[in-house]
Amino acid sequence: MKRISFAILALCLVATSAFAAPIGLDFWHAMTGKNAEYVQIIADKFNASQSLYKINPVFKGSYIDTMTAGIAAYRAKSAPAIIQVFEVGTATMMAAKVIKPVYQLMKETGQKFDPKIYIPTITSYYSTSKGEMLSLPFNSSTSVMYYNKDAFRAAGLDPEKPPVTWPEFFEVAKKLKASGMEGGFSTNWISWIQLENFSAWHNQPFGTKANGFEGLGTELVFNTPLIQKHFETIYQLSKDKVFIYGGRENKANPLFTSGQVGMHFESIGGYANFKNTCKFDFGVARLPYYPEVAGAPQNSIIGGASLWVFDGKSKDEYKGIAQFFTFLSTPEIQALWHQNTGYLPITTAAYELTKSQGFYDKNPGPEVAIKQLLNKAPTKNSMGIRFGNFAFIREVEDQTWEDILAGKISVKDGLDSMVLYGNSQLRQFERLNK
Amino acid sequence: MTQQYEFRAKGLPYLLVLPQMVVVFVFFFWPSLQGVWQSFFLQDPFGGHLIFVGLENYTRLFTDPSYAYGESFRVSVAFAGAVAVLSMVVALFLATQANKKIHFSSFYKTMMIWPYAVATMIAGVLWLFMFNPNVGVLAWVMKHKLGIEWNHLLNSNQAFLLITIAASWKQISYNFVFFLAGLQSVPNDLVEAAAIDGAGPTRRFWAIIFPLLSPTTFYLLVMNLVYGFFETFPIVHQVTAGGPGQATSILVYKVWRDGYVNLDLGGSSAQSVILMIMVISLTVIQFRFIERRVHY
Repeated sequence: MKRISFAILALCLVATSAFAAPIGLDFWHAMTGKNAEYVQIIADKFNASQSLYKINPVFKGSYIDTMTAGIAAYRAKSAPAIIQVFEVGTATMMAAKVIKPVYQLMKETGQKFDPKIYIPTITSYYSTSKGEMLSLPFNSSTSVMYYNKDAFRAAGLDPEKPPVTWPEFFEVAKKLKASGMEGGFSTNWISWIQLENFSAWHNQPFGTKANGFEGLGTELVFNTPLIQKHFETIYQLSKDKVFIYGGRENKANPLFTSGQVGMHFESIGGYANFKNTCKFDFGVARLPYYPEVAGAPQNSIIGGASLWVFDGKSKDEYKGIAQFFTFLSTPEIQALWHQNTGYLPITTAAYELTKSQGFYDKNPGPEVAIKQLLNKAPTKNSMGIRFGNFAFIREVEDQTWEDILAGKISVKDGLDSMVLYGNSQLRQFERLNK
Repeated sequence: MTQQYEFRAKGLPYLLVLPQMVVVFVFFFWPSLQGVWQSFFLQDPFGGHLIFVGLENYTRLFTDPSYAYGESFRVSVAFAGAVAVLSMVVALFLATQANKKIHFSSFYKTMMIWPYAVATMIAGVLWLFMFNPNVGVLAWVMKHKLGIEWNHLLNSNQAFLLITIAASWKQISYNFVFFLAGLQSVPNDLVEAAAIDGAGPTRRFWAIIFPLLSPTTFYLLVMNLVYGFFETFPIVHQVTAGGPGQATSILVYKVWRDGYVNLDLGGSSAQSVILMIMVISLTVIQFRFIERRVHY
């Protein structure tokens, strides 16, 4: 009898240790379609690789919905373990003093963590000016130029020689229009591509204090003669329908995919989508630049989102999160994510691995984007963008750009008012977070 | 004479309305009060920093040109008015036609009511697809067949027209039902008497039917204004997102945009307090004046 009960007791002990419920870690994200599928696949792989933690991905809607849900959850003291926040929310997350910085998390939990394995232009966006990583880059992209090779052929242009400088670009656009297309070119994300990336690519400041990296007292300074000239050219071309406006955010995509314009600016994150929808041969090229600007081209900056960890979690939870972040950074997982979603790999090893697998031979587009990011070591003007109330500032830029195109305001006055209104938002953010 | 009953226990009626009052308090009064409270503060979205700023959130709305609040106010009034007039005129016309003795009238009536069952968000998407300057069917027809350059992405008048039509389309069904019911309750003998006296159809409509419809018309006017002001958010959100510039940024869209997207909780609360005052005023006007003056 004694022996039996002892055996049962022993069995129970074994059972509890073997079947102890893993610690659940909620991971709130805003990925849809194929991207969401791969979030789940990666979580499943992690969960299968160990038994202590269980990453549980939860789709929370758009980027804005996800961030707002995170804010509400934090205020109600039920924040998720990991939350994906888009690049616009970076300054808000940093200033709010509600986070556990990633470099600290890795240090406290004793995870092996070498910031040098990451691609500097990507991690710098989410690091302090001292290089301490605050959030883990997750889905990163950068803006590139897409062009319709069939349309190039029809217009008598060399499809393997996309324009390199802006003056060449505008000439090609006029030729495409003259060849019978609806228009020459279009662009998405006016602020991100034509102001923020444009400035970084020309090594010009978008704002003072290293685009906000060095303090809250930053000011927007992009109302320069260079950008004025750039916008005035586009405005003039819009009158002749060489440039066609397709809407805010990424709403101009149909102009390109339906073959109405021959060249288009969009994130490299849209590459897979274009491969599915475009019924023509298209290519990816670097952003054009003005050759008279010294130092151009510099490097482009990223967009997308990163993973943030809130404060106030238990030690065990932090250990699990740190382990998951290490897992996410392995070359195999990064290569899987990169090759299937079109987002950029965050480590150099993952890039090399993808290259050795021959992925870029069939998909040259993503490599153009990576090379553009790695073109030069980032400067103060090309590390990234960090402004408070940035959603509002981008909205003002969108609105004013529409007023410029509608002829309601001149390019110069438009740029000045973007800067003026943007700065008043920056001052309010500074006042609140001092 | 109606018979009146009285509860013997004085506390019982209060006990019976208590559950309803709790619901009203928790879901209406409490959030409203919080909105009023927040409108006096600057705060970061996570609630960490809180600075009392008095009425600054309100003055900022009217003095900072980047908010363009006065402009948003003007657009909202014009929009609500246009939606109310357009949807009521069309609905009244359709109701008078459907009220005639025609074949398949019940089929027409059913079809007329259908759009009301379409969610406002979907209605917005439908109209957007037809009028999208790049891929929309109607935009294509206008450009290539009629020679009209349709681009509501940059032309603010066209954008305004588009959201007005989209918002009215849905509301016509609602108005139609009420007008039809109103028309059916107009006594036939009055209309016939007028006909015998020699009044033509137009005269009969304006002299007899329209005045007798006035309770319905006034009720619908208030309902349509409320709809135009406060319930058209999904249409603006889907179709124009407030653009071009801020040309269609109506008050309810702005309050959402500033609070939810731009995370300016103080400014957004101030705007919602202003909206609250507007709703209260509209309700008072409806109960105090219109319900008393209009003859039923």
